[in-house]
Amino acid sequence: MSDFTADNGPAKGDAKSSLFHETTRTKRRNAAEARFKAYGIAAIATGLFFLVALLVAILGNGLPAFKQTFVTIPVELTEAKLDKSGNRNPEELAKVSTFGYKPVVTDALIAALKAEGIEIPFAKEKDVEDILSASVAAQVRDTVLANPDLIGETVEFRLLASSRVDGYFKGRVTRDALARDKNLDAEHLDVADAMVAAGLMKTTFNADFIFGADASESRPEQAGIGVSMVGSLFMMIVVLALALPIGVAASIYLEEFAPQNKWTDLIEVNISNLAAVPSIVFGILGLAVFIQIAHLPQSAPLVGGLVLTLMTLPTIIISTRASLKAVPPSIRDAALGVGASKMQSVFHHVLPLAMPGILTGTIIGLAQALGETAPLLLIGMVGFIASNMPDGIASGFIDPNSAMPAQIYEWAKRADPAYYERAWGGIIILLVFLMTMNIIAVLLRRRFERRW
Amino acid sequence: MPLLWLFILVVALGLIGFILGRTRALKDANGDIRLLHSLPNYYGSNVLLAVLIPGLAAMLLWLILQPMVIQGQVSSMIPDTAYTDKGSLNLVMSDVRRVAEGLDIAVEQGTLTREQARDIRTELTDIRARLGAVGVALGSNVESYVLKAAQKYRTMNAVGNWMMTVAVLGAALAGFAVSMLRTNKDMRARNSVERVIQGLLIGAASIAILTTLGIVLSLIFNTIEFFKLYPALDFFFGTTWSPSFGGGSELGILPLFWGTFYVSIIALLVAVPIGLFAAIYLSEYAGPKVRAIAKPLLEVLAGIPTIVYGLFALLTVGPMLMTVFGADGGLGWMQGGRSVMTAGLVMGVMLIPFVSSLSDDIINAVPQAMRDGSLGLGATKSETVRQVVLPAALPGIVGAILLAASRAIGETMIVVLGAGAAAKLNLNPFEAMTTVTTRIVSQLTGDADFASAEALVAFALGMTLFVITLVLNIFALVIVRKYREQYD
Repeated sequence: MSDFTADNGPAKGDAKSSLFHETTRTKRRNAAEARFKAYGIAAIATGLFFLVALLVAILGNGLPAFKQTFVTIPVELTEAKLDKSGNRNPEELAKVSTFGYKPVVTDALIAALKAEGIEIPFAKEKDVEDILSASVAAQVRDTVLANPDLIGETVEFRLLASSRVDGYFKGRVTRDALARDKNLDAEHLDVADAMVAAGLMKTTFNADFIFGADASESRPEQAGIGVSMVGSLFMMIVVLALALPIGVAASIYLEEFAPQNKWTDLIEVNISNLAAVPSIVFGILGLAVFIQIAHLPQSAPLVGGLVLTLMTLPTIIISTRASLKAVPPSIRDAALGVGASKMQSVFHHVLPLAMPGILTGTIIGLAQALGETAPLLLIGMVGFIASNMPDGIASGFIDPNSAMPAQIYEWAKRADPAYYERAWGGIIILLVFLMTMNIIAVLLRRRFERRW
Repeated sequence: MPLLWLFILVVALGLIGFILGRTRALKDANGDIRLLHSLPNYYGSNVLLAVLIPGLAAMLLWLILQPMVIQGQVSSMIPDTAYTDKGSLNLVMSDVRRVAEGLDIAVEQGTLTREQARDIRTELTDIRARLGAVGVALGSNVESYVLKAAQKYRTMNAVGNWMMTVAVLGAALAGFAVSMLRTNKDMRARNSVERVIQGLLIGAASIAILTTLGIVLSLIFNTIEFFKLYPALDFFFGTTWSPSFGGGSELGILPLFWGTFYVSIIALLVAVPIGLFAAIYLSEYAGPKVRAIAKPLLEVLAGIPTIVYGLFALLTVGPMLMTVFGADGGLGWMQGGRSVMTAGLVMGVMLIPFVSSLSDDIINAVPQAMRDGSLGLGATKSETVRQVVLPAALPGIVGAILLAASRAIGETMIVVLGAGAAAKLNLNPFEAMTTVTTRIVSQLTGDADFASAEALVAFALGMTLFVITLVLNIFALVIVRKYREQYD
């Protein structure tokens, strides 16, 4: 190309038009060429920049959700307050509400602070309890009800710190911001700093975020994604159990048996259109057909799974057909030649050979379904629904639950910024699942794919 | 009989049928496999299918029809005075179901006997307290007709379940008997099994049609219902969107349309240049190594769920735009983090891989001979791309852009989290505006009462959305297909 000129240098005193002399026109054309190439590089760089920015935002904001600040103090479970009659009767113990436990915990905190010589800078010593999460009384109560023999003893408890204190140690909450906050004062932070120095308070890994349930609006420190993860799991079971057989059966028919007629054309057009229908329309379909007409339970993973099945089917059908098409006709001919029926040639020979491709497509379809949110909002799989793990397989399918992406959406909607951290953390977990599924799909393809 | 047990029973019957059918055929041929028409397993499978298909079909049909029949019977028991329209009838019926459920639980826990549950009267017992004691909280005192309907509901359900067991087992046994009687060594078992399997395959393929039909019907019926309550002209040409569940709401779609198109246009302005240039660079300039790394990395963007982009818009891009265009310290054009610009930018990022991989395919489909011809005449690479490759690929690229536009219009999570909730007809891209999809979500979320115009409007919105995206998709596919034919 015209780049040669640069190496040889312009010839002296030559004619105006020469290969060795770069005319203004050539210069302009070369500059345009360089610009065009630069645009391309810039476009790719922008795309990759967005990818990096997304990942940085996710990791930077989400990783703190996996750590949590805990307060470890001995709590004296006074008999006089928790079991007045002293007979450890479970029914009478259950009558003492969390309000009964609250002073016990607060007293324990004050005692622990005094034992370490930490000064309590409040007029009312009781105010120091805001350092702890509102959930601690329930935590102590549950422990006592599960094991009434503990009453009267002093037990070491690992209690959640409140979300503001937690945010302070993660750098989310600053002292300036607390001036406008009525939940916590700067003095609390002084106490918290002193507690960290004394070893009473520690920020450690938080398994409850991964395995726990969602919590109410006011206690972000307690919220976890575990229950919605189970909801997602049950939905994926439904999708896998329905979409894989139906999708494979439909593709086999369309690819191997279907005659060229109007009905086949209609099916083909339908499948390619369904693949492009907005996901929210599938949500409307699910709401109208499964809930309005069939009266299936609202918010149930079963319904969510059905809706996602309909949504995933086109993806699975398209990829299955591609892998069936990739099996060479000679395989079919050989099977037919030794006397197999058409059905036998497909099920005994073509299908097993296409299986790796089908599985890859199915896993990718499942990954897509796992991250889908919009249709779930319409069938009610959102909001503060399930606070406990389902108690059995049937209840896992039928009882109201959420799903990972819907739970993330729910957290993103809440007013308390502490929930944003949970939402980002939830996204990390969701992406880990998606990444694992995609890597499995790629490995399957690498390992088993055959080129004919 | 519990459903699960019934299911297991039918499957077990099928498996027994498989073994017996196979044995019977072999016996008929005196154990000589050469005398059989088909392989022995086909005789077994024939019986298995003859048991499973009628049994399970009866079960499915019953499960679908029973609630409808019972609903119809029970709702006719409720006096006309108790409800004014269909919506309040639905409310009464859900009360009935709840009371019936409560009675079931009470019987299960032993606080009521079966006879008591059938015979109690509101005049004699405080039902609400009784059911409250077993953990079923009712909103109001139980009216006597509700209780009667609930009792009827329970008896009909019990009878129905009993009848279902009989019907399902009857169908399965009939299939079993007929297929067993037909089994002999000359029976064409393979052919009949293959015919049934082919039928099942056709059925599976038709689910796509059923889904489309389901979408269209559920949208159409509810949309018609909506237009009975709210005039269609006001819906399509109204310029105000202010739903209020108390009544007197204005439901004009134009502001929502404007928001949708504004966001989509910004998204396309981001995605099309970046995606197109990326595709051109990857297919015309990049070496195999760069391509092998950059292409999958760009496609990672397409695999990220939209909720992630939504959060990115709400919590990262929105605040970032605020520091530049916001009121304190910035240019003062922006009131809050949610805006058309926020959602549009992020949606554009989401669409980059969509545009780039589609255009990449199309550019690669342009025959190499055309490039060689152009380069041979002395054109530079960029001139070749601009004057030869792109014009040849143009129809396909337009198709790709249309597909991207239909994606943008139907996208939900990014706009729900990033675009805001105020319906406005405004030109400022830094204002919060709302879109068709966000309104569908907000009108329908968690609401099972489809009687009011405010809830039904979501179906009309969904219908509009469905029609627009369908037209765009078909148009795009036609363009792409037509173009592909030129070079194949």
